[in-house]
Amino acid sequence: MTSTAGYNFAYLDENTKRMIRRALLKAVAIPGHQVPFGSREMPLPYGWGTGGIQVTASIIGPDDTLKVIDQGADDTTNAVSIRRFFARVAGVATTERTSEASIIQTRHRIPETPLREGQILVYQVPMPEPLFRLEPRVTETKRMHALADYGLMHVKLYEDIARHGHIAISYNYPVMVNGRYLMAPSPIPAFDNPKMDRMPALQLFGAGREKRIYAVPPYTPVRSLDFEDHPFVPIRADAACALCGSRESYLDEVVTDDRGGRIFVCSDTDYCRERQAARRRDAAE
Amino acid sequence: MSTTLAGFADPVLEAQRCFRALLEAMSRPGRVQRLATGLEPPSPLSQAAAAVLLTLADSDTPVWTDAGAGAADWLRFHAGCPLAAAPEGATFLLACAAPPPLAALQAGTEEEPHRSATLVLQVAELREGAGWRLTGPGIESVHRLLVKGLPDGFLAAWTANHARFPRGVDVVLCAGDRLAALPRSTRIEEP
Amino acid sequence: MAYVAVKGGEQAIENAHAWLAEVRRGDPAVPELSLAQIEQQMSLAVDRVMAEGSCYDRGLAALAVKQARGDLIEAAFLLRAYRTTLPRFGASLPVDTGAMRVRRRISATYKDLPGGQVLGPTFDYTHRLLDFALAAEGEPPPPAPEAPAEETAMPRVTGILAQEGLMAPEAQSDAEPGDLTRQPLAFPADRSLRLQALARGDEGFLLALGYSTQRGYGNAHPFVGEIRMGEVSVELVPPELGFPIEIGEITVTECQMVNQFAGSKTEPPQFTRGYGLVFGQGERKAMAMALVDRSLRSAELGEEATAPAQQQEFVLYHCDNVEATGFVEHLKLPHYVDFQSELEKVRQMRATAMREAAE
Repeated sequence: MTSTAGYNFAYLDENTKRMIRRALLKAVAIPGHQVPFGSREMPLPYGWGTGGIQVTASIIGPDDTLKVIDQGADDTTNAVSIRRFFARVAGVATTERTSEASIIQTRHRIPETPLREGQILVYQVPMPEPLFRLEPRVTETKRMHALADYGLMHVKLYEDIARHGHIAISYNYPVMVNGRYLMAPSPIPAFDNPKMDRMPALQLFGAGREKRIYAVPPYTPVRSLDFEDHPFVPIRADAACALCGSRESYLDEVVTDDRGGRIFVCSDTDYCRERQAARRRDAAE
Repeated sequence: MSTTLAGFADPVLEAQRCFRALLEAMSRPGRVQRLATGLEPPSPLSQAAAAVLLTLADSDTPVWTDAGAGAADWLRFHAGCPLAAAPEGATFLLACAAPPPLAALQAGTEEEPHRSATLVLQVAELREGAGWRLTGPGIESVHRLLVKGLPDGFLAAWTANHARFPRGVDVVLCAGDRLAALPRSTRIEEP
Repeated sequence: MAYVAVKGGEQAIENAHAWLAEVRRGDPAVPELSLAQIEQQMSLAVDRVMAEGSCYDRGLAALAVKQARGDLIEAAFLLRAYRTTLPRFGASLPVDTGAMRVRRRISATYKDLPGGQVLGPTFDYTHRLLDFALAAEGEPPPPAPEAPAEETAMPRVTGILAQEGLMAPEAQSDAEPGDLTRQPLAFPADRSLRLQALARGDEGFLLALGYSTQRGYGNAHPFVGEIRMGEVSVELVPPELGFPIEIGEITVTECQMVNQFAGSKTEPPQFTRGYGLVFGQGERKAMAMALVDRSLRSAELGEEATAPAQQQEFVLYHCDNVEATGFVEHLKLPHYVDFQSELEKVRQMRATAMREAAE
């Protein structure tokens, strides 16, 4: 392990933190609006969570307890790497339990355990612009957000329905925040979208490479785009977790052999472990 | 000489704590946060207002204040911020008396509404559970906030500020060591 | 459970890093590379890392090359991540490349010109035959013959053209340029910001883009007005002194491309400039940068922007190899949650399609 002597608390220098903190406050004041910020090179590569890391580094303090997940799991390599980074540069307590964390940094999932007031969920965002596949020019998409002109996205969804019978987006499913801004929820499965709606916890989004920060304040309406005759339907594998039996959680499909054998297990490792522990307790009683 | 009065004893950790209180305040409009700092800012600055500026202002953010030369010197010394001659040139405004009209401050553009000023306004008292009825993002249903010592006409100015969303000014109300925030997204109704 | 093996964890990371350290060193029977060796004998690698890492420090760049096992993009990333933590003491005065102590200076537009053509240490006109003599350790080569130092001035070619009024004047400004290491790019980006982005940009990307302008993607008719490489002094005005002091010397390569310009409603026909400047000896990069700089000026010169190299957002958002490599390589991070969603969606859509086909 190399030494972190010579680096500030939580790695970033105070000027950088102030710049990010100012951006965060504006992001909260304008829910769903992408605020550009002077993203720095971090000691982890762009695309590996530098936006989330910069947000976390700017908010975290010695009293916090940090949880980091990737694909819903605490033990995936990138989650381990980021958790170790903060344990090293900020000396904070870390946890794998959703209920114990004050800050949860995530890539691609929202925990199954409902979040509460006093918690902050920090999303790592690869592409903050929900319209980028339809219009790659930022100068254009900025204008669309200014005018709340989201016709392009509605046309895309309508074409999906015409062609496939339903909307063909399964993750990073676009949402409207407080009825004003179209927002990319980051590549979480559409299954997780409803959890964003009126969540008691604060949700912060950091895109390091694209240099944007945005936010959803607590209890803010977040609606997945849909049509009256084609309502939004979150999807999950129609199976039960092989470990805890959950029929509500989002599942990973695990291929067990080369003859088509597969099992399903919870993507949220903490949720699954808690349920397994509860089952064992019930069995013991 | 007011620059002899200390700033944050631990600039890194105190700024972090103050920022979290501010983030919580901005995320949950009208909820009163208490800042525990050892700051002894020069008169007429309240502890909370001084802490907000030390937390957020620096050489990139021009600050306008009506708090007088002593307080301005203290801010410039500890935050390193340039002082704005006119309110419309400021990123942060710290008002101890009647503030400049909200409509005169930087409100951003439709494309870049974040390029807007934040007004730190000192008031006499902040109390939850009575007074205004606040609604909007960050509020579960309705939040009550009583503010004493506001300038006349604030509510009408706020209603106009709220109506031009996403443009607008955000306000942090400070009283002693307490603060509450009003992001532009918050709707205020008289009780 | 078998599936647990899919998940990495702490031990796997530790082991991978240990293995990396081992292969970085290679066979311990082979002597270890010193930073001095890299800095001296891999000097163009060091130059490229300094240029794309936006940090002029040969020692640190050599260290980055060593740590990155010779992967220059990884080395530039290491240097950038170090650079971003450094405090800023101030901004230097603009360097004066007209006063450069020139080691190389060539022009393709004039056969001879004041100050002459100086080939300098170049690969040009070498025959690219592997030199097996280098495979054996030998005596250092004899010193290259040196001409007596002449005190002739070396005016810039663009200046010669400007005297005749043939060179479009550049917009002069003393305004402080933006700093894209502190503020994100906003569009339209002014020329100083574009040049900053290009100077940090990936050599390969700019090379391909510059090449595309020569092949008809963008209407370029470039000539190398001048390339010069050598040492320039860096000066700073400390606020407490109020006058400039020299803080050091850096090697830079400058390229001025001269392009024909047919004129517009307001401007007569004349030549316009594409400009390239990079740290160290980086001629290919400086030339490519100059081509791309010129093509990015299409909007201000009233030319139609139809080619990729003329589109600011396309060029500037994609020229940074630290950003690009991170995002391309992040695809190897687990994506199974999203892939699971796609699986369910595709199964659902197949079922619908097959049902409809059966009906």
